[in-house]
Amino acid sequence: MSEILRVENLAKSYDGFQAVKGVSFSVKAGEMKALIGPNGAGKSTCFNMLMGQIKPSGGDVFLDGKRITGLRPRQVWRRGVGRTFQITGTYASMTVIENVQMALISHNHRIFSLLPRARDLYRDEAMALLDRVAMTAQAERPCSVLAYGDLKRLELAIALAHKPRLLLMDEPTAGMAPSARIALMQLTADIVAQEGVSVLFTEHDMDVVFTHAHHIMVLNRGELIADGNAAEVRANPQVQEVYLGGGMLFKEIENA
Amino acid sequence: MGFFFAQLLTGLSNAAGLFLVASGLSLIFGVTRIVNFAHGSFYMLGAYFGVTLMGILPDYLGSHVGFWGSIVLTGVIVGLVGALVEIVVLRPIYRAPELFQLVATFGVILMIQDLALMSWGAEDIMGARAPGLRGVFRIFGEPIPKYDIVLICITPFILIALWWLIAKTRLGILVRAATQDREMVGALGVNQRWLFTGVFALGSALAGWGGALQLPKGGADLLMDMNIIGPLFVVVVIGGMGSLPGAFIASVIISVLNVFGVTYMPQSTLVLMFVVMAIVLIFRPYGLLGKEEVAGEHGQVGAPEAPIRPFGRTGRLAVTGLLAVLALLPLVSDPFLLVLMTDIIIFALFAASLHFILGAGGLTSFGHAAFYGGGAYVAALLVTYAKAPMEIAFIAAPIGAGMLALVVGWFCIRLSGVYLAMLTLAFSQLVWSLAFQWRSVTRGDDGLINIWPSDWLSGQVPYYYFTLVIGAAGILFLRHVIHAPFGYALRAARDSARQAEATGINVKRVQYLAFALAGALAGLAGGLFVFAKGSVFPTELEIGKSFDALIVVFLGGIKTLSGGVVGAAFMATVEDWLTRMEYWRLMLGMLIIAVVILAPEGIVGSARRLGERLGLIKRAEAEE
Amino acid sequence: MNIFRSLLAAATAVTLLASPSLAEEPIKIGDINHYKRMAAFADPYRKGIELAMSQVNAKGGVLGRPMEFIFRDDQGDPGEAVKIAEELMTRDGAVMFTGAILSNVGIALSSFAKEKNYLYLAGEPLADTLVWQSGNANTFRLRVSTWVQAAMLAEAAAKTDAKTYAAIAPNYSYGTSAVEAFKTVLKQLKPDVEFVGEQWPALFKIDAAAEVQALERVKPDAIFNVTFGTDLAKFVREGTDRGLFDGRPVYSMLTGEPEYLEPLGEESPEDWIVTGYPWYDLPDGPGKTFVTDYEAFTGETPKMGSLVGYTMALSVAAAIEKAGATDTASLIKAFEGLKVPETPVGELEYRALDHQSTFGAWIGKLALKDGQGVMVDWSYKNPVAYMPSDDEIKAMRPAN
Repeated sequence: MSEILRVENLAKSYDGFQAVKGVSFSVKAGEMKALIGPNGAGKSTCFNMLMGQIKPSGGDVFLDGKRITGLRPRQVWRRGVGRTFQITGTYASMTVIENVQMALISHNHRIFSLLPRARDLYRDEAMALLDRVAMTAQAERPCSVLAYGDLKRLELAIALAHKPRLLLMDEPTAGMAPSARIALMQLTADIVAQEGVSVLFTEHDMDVVFTHAHHIMVLNRGELIADGNAAEVRANPQVQEVYLGGGMLFKEIENA
Repeated sequence: MGFFFAQLLTGLSNAAGLFLVASGLSLIFGVTRIVNFAHGSFYMLGAYFGVTLMGILPDYLGSHVGFWGSIVLTGVIVGLVGALVEIVVLRPIYRAPELFQLVATFGVILMIQDLALMSWGAEDIMGARAPGLRGVFRIFGEPIPKYDIVLICITPFILIALWWLIAKTRLGILVRAATQDREMVGALGVNQRWLFTGVFALGSALAGWGGALQLPKGGADLLMDMNIIGPLFVVVVIGGMGSLPGAFIASVIISVLNVFGVTYMPQSTLVLMFVVMAIVLIFRPYGLLGKEEVAGEHGQVGAPEAPIRPFGRTGRLAVTGLLAVLALLPLVSDPFLLVLMTDIIIFALFAASLHFILGAGGLTSFGHAAFYGGGAYVAALLVTYAKAPMEIAFIAAPIGAGMLALVVGWFCIRLSGVYLAMLTLAFSQLVWSLAFQWRSVTRGDDGLINIWPSDWLSGQVPYYYFTLVIGAAGILFLRHVIHAPFGYALRAARDSARQAEATGINVKRVQYLAFALAGALAGLAGGLFVFAKGSVFPTELEIGKSFDALIVVFLGGIKTLSGGVVGAAFMATVEDWLTRMEYWRLMLGMLIIAVVILAPEGIVGSARRLGERLGLIKRAEAEE
Repeated sequence: MNIFRSLLAAATAVTLLASPSLAEEPIKIGDINHYKRMAAFADPYRKGIELAMSQVNAKGGVLGRPMEFIFRDDQGDPGEAVKIAEELMTRDGAVMFTGAILSNVGIALSSFAKEKNYLYLAGEPLADTLVWQSGNANTFRLRVSTWVQAAMLAEAAAKTDAKTYAAIAPNYSYGTSAVEAFKTVLKQLKPDVEFVGEQWPALFKIDAAAEVQALERVKPDAIFNVTFGTDLAKFVREGTDRGLFDGRPVYSMLTGEPEYLEPLGEESPEDWIVTGYPWYDLPDGPGKTFVTDYEAFTGETPKMGSLVGYTMALSVAAAIEKAGATDTASLIKAFEGLKVPETPVGELEYRALDHQSTFGAWIGKLALKDGQGVMVDWSYKNPVAYMPSDDEIKAMRPAN
């Protein structure tokens, strides 16, 4: 499998505090990879640097071998990276399908168009995307009345609108009921399988991680301490030590 | 040397009074997030109550106790008035969009203006002199009034007292907590409502003291409420909204700069502080000591707006019907109704252009009149100097205003919320002062006159049709743009700038171009205006014009598509009717406050809600 | 859906406004003024008009019909004023309109009157351009203009041996044209004077202490003041406290008018040479009769505005009587060269040349009397001698 994302020595420091200390890893085409670690390990910082929300203090990010370090989020997106947020960011004043249409309009470079009506554009494509996430029944509902799990699925549809090669998902199942978590991740796994998109996600729920991730990376205090498949990570003594304090989580690792 | 020192002292003494009033405004904003435009009214009330008390108390308490007692008591009285205003007017609307409260404070301004006129009469009243403090000290040979020295000495005590109150008392801890996190105060089990009332009363009292303390240097008059608003907001914004030390530093900077400005650039007094404000905000967008604000916070509180949809068949019929009625109007109406309708259409277009960036864009501009008046001036200047035919000048109005908006927007769009509003205000003041002071070109406040339409449009009926066609086209165009991809991108940027950026939308560029488009259409309205009236004066660029438009957009309903247009029609009609009465400001003020309290979603929003409740309109949820 | 509400609102607007007005018997004149924004000046003005109306109508009105003024507030906004003027003329049946204090509103009304061929009589506005550079056939003006008042003060100033002057004036048209006129006339009369400083506080936003310091810094022999209202009060206070006026003659515009002088009370600056209105000191004659009548009518002492309003209303009555009709063309013809006898300032003439009346000005010295400033050693001056020559005026006025 070829590499889709390569990260080299990525670092970020705030006023002398090193949140991320020279992290290197890669994501292969068509794989689902999880980035885990205790709170404050630097996962979100890492994610935000990949997507361009935060400028790294050092290191490089390559997408398909092309350097994308320091690009703005919208530029990273244009190069084929989609993202979902820990706290959903949808357009509350639009309907479900309009949310997806908006992303399609952007994908087709028609943001500054004044002539057509936005609601008539790319309806079929938007509906197809909603179908992918089983949201067609809710297409015309105002986004503001959706249940949280539905918002997550909608966000996924938005993220798929420009046919990304890589999907970054920050805590995709946070705040969801256990059954909904499984459903959402199954959906994601199906998409990965069918469309060959790669997924990099952070996650607290070890069930989700060990069920769906092909590879797992563990970040602790800004350093990558493990990178491998489930068995390798479980066997890693450093990981065990990190998660010993977390008791519950460690048990989850044991059980998985 | 002595002269410089004397000037410095003058600056510091002016700063003392300014800080007192500004600290109250800053405190109120910090805790309640209310942009209280009525703060100047409390300052004015302080002056009037002070004058009255100083005429009474010294007879009973002796001159010294009477004078200083009057000042203390004035603050208490004004504080109580403030508490009353907070409880009656503001408390019911804390859950409305934040800037909605600003409209309510406008109502308060209007009411207090008329109430003060009723109570104290129209004539200016000289303030009493401070007993024993008449005359001057000689410092380095320069005369410094004794009272100035007293003011300078009082200020540190006020600053320390406020600091002690905020830093050392339980109330202060709650205030600080509320400044940082309003929900947390609720969680602490504190009655947030009374905390807000208390802070508002304290802030008003500070304004009242400011008004009373300036009496020995001036007096009480009916214009002082509006006159202090400019410097006040400049100080609070430069210092950082909600920051007391910031307000102090900014008061000193502004006052001292002003004193030196008076000496070395005597013509500059109109704009100096706005230039300073613009520079500070360009380099420190949140003021000297202010904290960064969460973008999109302002104007977006409350329920999100319902999804928009284009006109259905009924809607199209209604619009066509309305246009038909307007088109047939000249057949039945007297000439004046056409004049009034012309004015209303122009105002509606102006309001719709503001509504476009405010509603769909979530960008609050306090200086939109710069583009309206700007457009009018562009046309008028072309007619006056280039002898341009009316048609050319008219087309140039929106183009010129749009270019002006591109320049202003380039600086402003980087900010958001109240800071964006304040920077637009500063720029509009700059444009105003340009029109006012560049007399060789703009003829200052003598204005540009004899800007009448071409022959084929002269006369009431032709110009009415011209206005109707252009105005309706402009309004419908804006409406269409909101439905177009660009309008959707603008709303997307408002709803979630983060998601928009993460899906390829250049949020700032979208907002920048929307700002310019709104400016151009405001300029179009200005072009219609100048040929309707035949003249243009700097009044069209005044802060008051911007606020007129803001008020109607809020009254009409910010989260509705037709809010600006309906609000403008409503306001123009009501104003035309009310201004015939003696105390119309009082009534208009009460009307504004009533609409704000009873219909916090604006006229259109409330009408829609009522329609939903009565079953006349399907709920947005059910619309499939 | 929203547009349905718009329709409803507009329909309400139409029904509210479309109620027809009936033509009534009195001859109506519309007066547009800043009744709220400048209440201290507009109120006495209105009362002066009301006094004139009660007198005119007691004598049987004009052309056998009663006369009536309709008062409307324009909020000091020129655009609003123009709208109201249109309403007064087309809906309320006014035969002409009067009003304005602020010059810019007066200028807007003047341009509007010309475009629509209405007649506008400006009472208070002082701007020179109103009858000169921007003058037109449809506009007449009662009050003596800025130029003339400044020229009178300059004449007084030229008699002293002061060589260096500093000026302080509010930073808008009135202030700048007053200073310009004073400078021009004074230099004509006394070429060796020098202007060493000019201060331009924003109107009603003076930083008096700083202005006084700046004036003191240039150590002028004499001062020309144009500030008024609250600016004047603050300027006088700071200037007196800091000794700015000690040993310096001050020439001051309008300060002797009761509107501005009375609020100063016992702090009125002594020995200033001012223009104003010494109503308390007038000899027997029409001037004094007006004061007595006004006090009886209103229970208040007269202000400058009272005099202007009263005289303006009398002028309108005289013009209608002379025209024998109420159409604009006849009224304009009547106003040109109209002589109004027996006004409080004697006989007035509206000059055919520039449509300016010969209403003059009082100039005198301020003194304190019973804790109140008064004008002493005053004289009333006819303005014609202080105006530019007829040829100069003809050259200034645009051809109609």
